[in-house]
Amino acid sequence: MTTSTTTTTPSRWKRLRDSYLWYSFKRDRTAQLCLAVFICLVIAAFSAPMLAPTDPYDLRHIDIMSSELPPFWIDGADERYSLGTDAQGRDLWSIILYGTRVSLLIGFGAVMLQALLGVTFGLMAGYLGGRVDAFLMRLADIQLSFSTLMVAIVVGAVVKATMGSAFYSQYAVLMLILIIGLAEWPQYARTVRASVLAEKNKEYVDAARVMGLRSKRIMFRHVLPNTLSPIFVISTVQIANAIISEAALSFLGLGMPETHPSLGSLIKSGFDYIQSGSWWITLIPGAVLVVLVLSINLLGDWLRDVMNPRLYKG
Amino acid sequence: MIAFLIKRLMHAILVMFVISVLAFAIQDNLGDPVQQMVGQSVPESEREAIRERLGLNDSFLVQYARFAKNAVQGDFGYSYFYREPALEVIARHLPATLELVFAATLIIVVFSVPIGVYSAIKPRSPISRFFMGVSIIGISIPVFLTAILLIQIFAIGITITLFPQGTGWGAWLNGLLSTEGNMPSFGRGYDLVHVVGHWDTNLATWDGVKHLVLPAVSLASIMLPLFIRLIRAEMMEVLQSDYVKYARAKGISMRRVYFVHALKNTMLPVITVGGVQIGTMVAYTILTETVFQWPGMGLMFLDAINHADIPLIVTYLMIVGLIFVVTNTIVDLIYGFVNPTVKLTGKPA
Repeated sequence: MTTSTTTTTPSRWKRLRDSYLWYSFKRDRTAQLCLAVFICLVIAAFSAPMLAPTDPYDLRHIDIMSSELPPFWIDGADERYSLGTDAQGRDLWSIILYGTRVSLLIGFGAVMLQALLGVTFGLMAGYLGGRVDAFLMRLADIQLSFSTLMVAIVVGAVVKATMGSAFYSQYAVLMLILIIGLAEWPQYARTVRASVLAEKNKEYVDAARVMGLRSKRIMFRHVLPNTLSPIFVISTVQIANAIISEAALSFLGLGMPETHPSLGSLIKSGFDYIQSGSWWITLIPGAVLVVLVLSINLLGDWLRDVMNPRLYKG
Repeated sequence: MIAFLIKRLMHAILVMFVISVLAFAIQDNLGDPVQQMVGQSVPESEREAIRERLGLNDSFLVQYARFAKNAVQGDFGYSYFYREPALEVIARHLPATLELVFAATLIIVVFSVPIGVYSAIKPRSPISRFFMGVSIIGISIPVFLTAILLIQIFAIGITITLFPQGTGWGAWLNGLLSTEGNMPSFGRGYDLVHVVGHWDTNLATWDGVKHLVLPAVSLASIMLPLFIRLIRAEMMEVLQSDYVKYARAKGISMRRVYFVHALKNTMLPVITVGGVQIGTMVAYTILTETVFQWPGMGLMFLDAINHADIPLIVTYLMIVGLIFVVTNTIVDLIYGFVNPTVKLTGKPA
């Protein structure tokens, strides 16, 4: 039985190569470029300890005498620091690599939490309906009417005030994942609910129910796989949003501390020196952030055009 | 119609209730008011007496009822930092933020409608493609980074020496790419005109407007691309519909078809999204005001967080919550009145 199924169904790789997704990817130069840029950034960020010439978290490498040195194409640059140094004398190239890693980590972590909450609640709201649906969607409505950034800022501020700055900075990564994850789950919940409503009256769901399967099993094993493509599409946009939210929180001083900076806190720490002419401390991490977010957004645009799920508007 | 109205109002009141409970819970759990009031040397028995007198030993519900009663009467307590009623502090900072939001909204409306409509009518023209490209870049640049870029370009100035300075052409090209940087990038300026109450306006003098330009442009930069894309998408959908084809077939001039027949139906969803987004802009004012040191509510809120000024934080949350709820309710009502297909009484789908 098992051997016959493996011979009849083609391998995953072959299915991918025959798919429309791959076909349109081969023809779309922008998508290829964006994926390449994104993968390069991810690899560079996660191999930061190997690529970076100095360890920015190690105080021994920091020399205050060599602070605010410009990048290599400007007169007065130091050859040890290719992109110059920040106000504390840390090598900008190293700290950007480490900072990108922190930003990506928080972005992915937050989106995973959002997806977990949003998909569960969306499935429950769509499949169970009734009071559960009304309660969850009202909650989502209320939360969405306040812009996710506002929710994140308020929660961040309150958590920081209750727990104290020292505790907050110690667990900043975890805190930011929690805050951004909690602030944005309604996006997933709405999308999943809309596709569940479209799926749940189909015959295969009726068949599963007649067979006597429990609703939990039907929800997660039967309905969920059929709602994956819109989830996939909004995930790209959500990752970009989460990275921007993290940068915004860090910029306001509610995110990563300067000793352990993300791209947002690098921009913040450089902003204090922009009036004195040291633009590179803030604008180079800013450019990295924009390239990262832009490549994800363009990939998301392409995915949406290709998969064209009926995204829930409103 | 009345049922719809009542339903929306009930919804708004419910949301305000939830916000007030959350705000009160924050106030209840953060800091000890007695510690803020008395010195180190006051003995515990004395503190307990003060606590009893202030009603801090009452149950959560009793305390909440008192908080809600005071809040409805406009009494939100005293700001620790400013040493005056918190509502007074908010009222002093509100006009600056409202003017900023107003200016940004003006920029969005003036630019998004023509660009969105044009790129829907001619989706393949190079200009439309250019605007679509710019708009996705605009979405990808966080608002505080746009603000920093604007400061660098227009307030500090950039000098470019890409071309040889010696030749006349080189110097001219360099001058073309460089900027002088004489725009103000800090605060509201001193040329404010007093209007009424706490309201000093930036809009009456040239210097005031100059101070407003950079913050307003950066605040608009986050919403403008969204609106352009939204108007474009809706307009393209409307242009496919039968009634537009019919109007065209009747020989009505294209301009009339686009701007009278099609635009009307395009604007329906734009109103709903737009109203909500204008509320959302309040969140982004926190970022813009921080960068430009614009003395509005956003900057005040961030200062309140840094000073742990809890009454002010709570008041800000309540007032901003009220702004959100009022805009959302008004938008819902307008949409209900304007769009005859909305089911006014039935359950939402």
